[in-house]
Amino acid sequence: MEPLTWTGGLGTVLDPIFFLAAGLLAVSLVLQVILAYAAPSGRAQINPDGTIAADTGPYGMVSRASMYLLLLLIATVLAYIAVGAVLGPNGAGIVGGLARRLLPVWIALVLLYAVSIAYKRKLGLYGKLFDSTVGMIGFGLVMFWVFVGVFGAMDLIITHQPLDVVSGMKNKVPGTPLRGAEDGDYAWYLLGGDNLARDVFSRIVKGAWEVIKIAPFATLFAFMVGITLGLPAAYYGGWLDMLISFLANLILAFPVILLFYLLVTPEISAVGVPKYMAMFLFAFPIIFAAVLLNSRYHTQPSLRTPLMVIVLGLLIYGYLVMVSDGGYLLDTRRGDAKGYTFPGLPSALDFFDMPPGILVVFVSVVFVNSPTVFRIVRGLALDIKTRDYVAAAQTRGEGPWYIMLWEILPNARGPLIVDFCLRIGYTTILLGTLGFFGLGLPPDSPDWGTTINDGRKLLSIYPHAAIFPAVSLLTLVLGLNLLADGLREESLKD
Amino acid sequence: MLFTALCLTFIVFFLTNLEPNLEKLAKTEGNFRMSDEAVQSWLSDRGYTDNTFVKFGRWMGVAPGWETVKEDGTVLRQCRDAKLPEEDRATYCGVLQGDWGYSLRFKTDVSNVISERLGATGKLMFFVMIFMVPMALIVGVLAGMREGSGLDRSLSTFSIATTATPEYVSGVIFIAVFSSSAVGLKWFKGSATSALEDITFENFTLPVLTIALYGMGYVARMTRASMTEVMTAQFIRTARLKGVSFRNIVLKHALRNALIAPFTVIMLQFPWLLNGVVIVETLFNYKGFGWALVEAASNNDIELLLAVSVVSVAVVLITQLISDIGYVYLNPRIRVS
Repeated sequence: MEPLTWTGGLGTVLDPIFFLAAGLLAVSLVLQVILAYAAPSGRAQINPDGTIAADTGPYGMVSRASMYLLLLLIATVLAYIAVGAVLGPNGAGIVGGLARRLLPVWIALVLLYAVSIAYKRKLGLYGKLFDSTVGMIGFGLVMFWVFVGVFGAMDLIITHQPLDVVSGMKNKVPGTPLRGAEDGDYAWYLLGGDNLARDVFSRIVKGAWEVIKIAPFATLFAFMVGITLGLPAAYYGGWLDMLISFLANLILAFPVILLFYLLVTPEISAVGVPKYMAMFLFAFPIIFAAVLLNSRYHTQPSLRTPLMVIVLGLLIYGYLVMVSDGGYLLDTRRGDAKGYTFPGLPSALDFFDMPPGILVVFVSVVFVNSPTVFRIVRGLALDIKTRDYVAAAQTRGEGPWYIMLWEILPNARGPLIVDFCLRIGYTTILLGTLGFFGLGLPPDSPDWGTTINDGRKLLSIYPHAAIFPAVSLLTLVLGLNLLADGLREESLKD
Repeated sequence: MLFTALCLTFIVFFLTNLEPNLEKLAKTEGNFRMSDEAVQSWLSDRGYTDNTFVKFGRWMGVAPGWETVKEDGTVLRQCRDAKLPEEDRATYCGVLQGDWGYSLRFKTDVSNVISERLGATGKLMFFVMIFMVPMALIVGVLAGMREGSGLDRSLSTFSIATTATPEYVSGVIFIAVFSSSAVGLKWFKGSATSALEDITFENFTLPVLTIALYGMGYVARMTRASMTEVMTAQFIRTARLKGVSFRNIVLKHALRNALIAPFTVIMLQFPWLLNGVVIVETLFNYKGFGWALVEAASNNDIELLLAVSVVSVAVVLITQLISDIGYVYLNPRIRVS
């Protein structure tokens, strides 16, 4: 079988348009920047009816031109995807193959955008996101990877299993046909093979799932820790504030990689440090939920008690499931009988064991992120604490935790949501760093950092094995940053 | 601050001297088939089984070093001066005496390794700073002087893109584009090993660019924010009403005020730059401080890892101090009373 070209037959039509539009867009953007300073501002013209209209001059013309060029470029990309998905790999090369494989993602994205834009006025801040171009692009990139991750985990998108080795496919360039493919097999390695002859495309898709399942939750936990500690530190001040701030500054003074090298080693795991940290850090959501509900509903015991029992019961069960492993909360016995154990949830009820590698990675990422979140929450709360509505609540006789969680926290939500998006991106970068140094995650894990690390050894001869995961990570983090920027812009408009 | 430094040092000491680390050390130094008893006696001969605080005191040089006389008369001492005559031997030999220990990976004194590697990284950082700071300030000031203009939007997008690109991504892309035979540009070298002896444009551009880009976006955004804030201040409006030209407003009135905030940010960037250094030195195989960190950690070289950690934590704390002092010095509104 012939190796696939990048765009196949589709390319003869679309490639010239694409490159022409991209080149012209670059030129017009440079012109726009220069003209913004060099060109005279437009002349004002007095119309017969007495109104004044200013024409925008050459700058306006160029900026309109670059807008149309951008639209043309987007239209071309959409055409690549749409026609490519119809024609498939035989008609439209690698692009077609990718577009066809990613079909569930396109459908999900189109549905999501159609529904969101139709109801955007009823959806609050989320709906307003669709008013800003930057925010929409960012959200699109993020959701693209979320869908890729989710569908990839359901084995919808991948062409081969991420660990399957096919003989003769070592370091093959993108689009190489599979040697001796049988009927059920996908006939190409769309993005080439890596140095162990595994399919790069399928590994990227599986790697997206690794990120999607860890990064948001780790960030969420870091926020729980940061909020639960930051609010009282700011509200009470005094020695509590000093103590927690001192501890936070201790952690912040470590360069992150050093901390990873100290925390994510097999030796440390053998002593059980990550388990202790997990037991400590995972307790914060429970404390947070308990205080949150109790401070609000403690005046209505008939509602409070059942609510607390259900919510806390679920959370504590989740906590035990996450932390305990094979019937023990902590088990430092290594081979011989040395070490000690804490009994935990019986194995019969424990339907989910967190793989130890993932646990270490998760815990260290939460640990690294939470001091920064603490500082942000503390700073916001110190500011909001002086507002009148807080004084009013104090006068009403509300308890301190009610004021912190139901008066201060909701009013700090804007900056916190923006930071949450940025921080997921940062967490993604941290996960990549861990993979890049081969810390924590198993060496055959398909996550992007590990893949980049594997691929970089042959980078100057076969760049495809490292460059595609690198670009994937880049687009996901860029999407999160753009999303945060869009959210910030829209929340400032209120 | 000294207390913070002491706490941090102790944490690092504790984490590097955990029992499994020591066992591994005994097995790599002694032999791999040692029985548990042999490991224990090897460790206790070298003072590793004592209380952590005692060990920490010894390492710091405030407690007398360990000394074991074996049955056959050989003397094991923490102070590596057993060859000297008895009266010349030191009792205290820790960090305070200038003795950082012995690196097992590099087979030489830790202090030698540190100074040599730190020198190499110093060169890298110097070039990074020379490139990063002016670029970041120019981008930030240009973007911030007319908020919302086309230039502002393009430069802001550029700085967002650079902050979204971690070093291991941009480094990989740079190598693939500029030095691989697949793309064929081959402008630069993908490895900076030769830069240790001889820095050339060809072997040092990519590492410097890679570190600088990631840090640059953040500093540029801070500069932009502070510049836009200054440009809306009253005294700028006054200057405009007086008829001062836009160029003079920016250069003479706004710039100095707008540069206070970025200064502190640049100083606080050092922990991030240290991260970048570790990644880039690994990626480009430049044998500097970050490379030494990776080598020490992956070879269980406890004393070198300790020294590397202490030095990097010290760098972070010192830059924080400089940033605080510099802020007070630059900002006329804050005076130390």
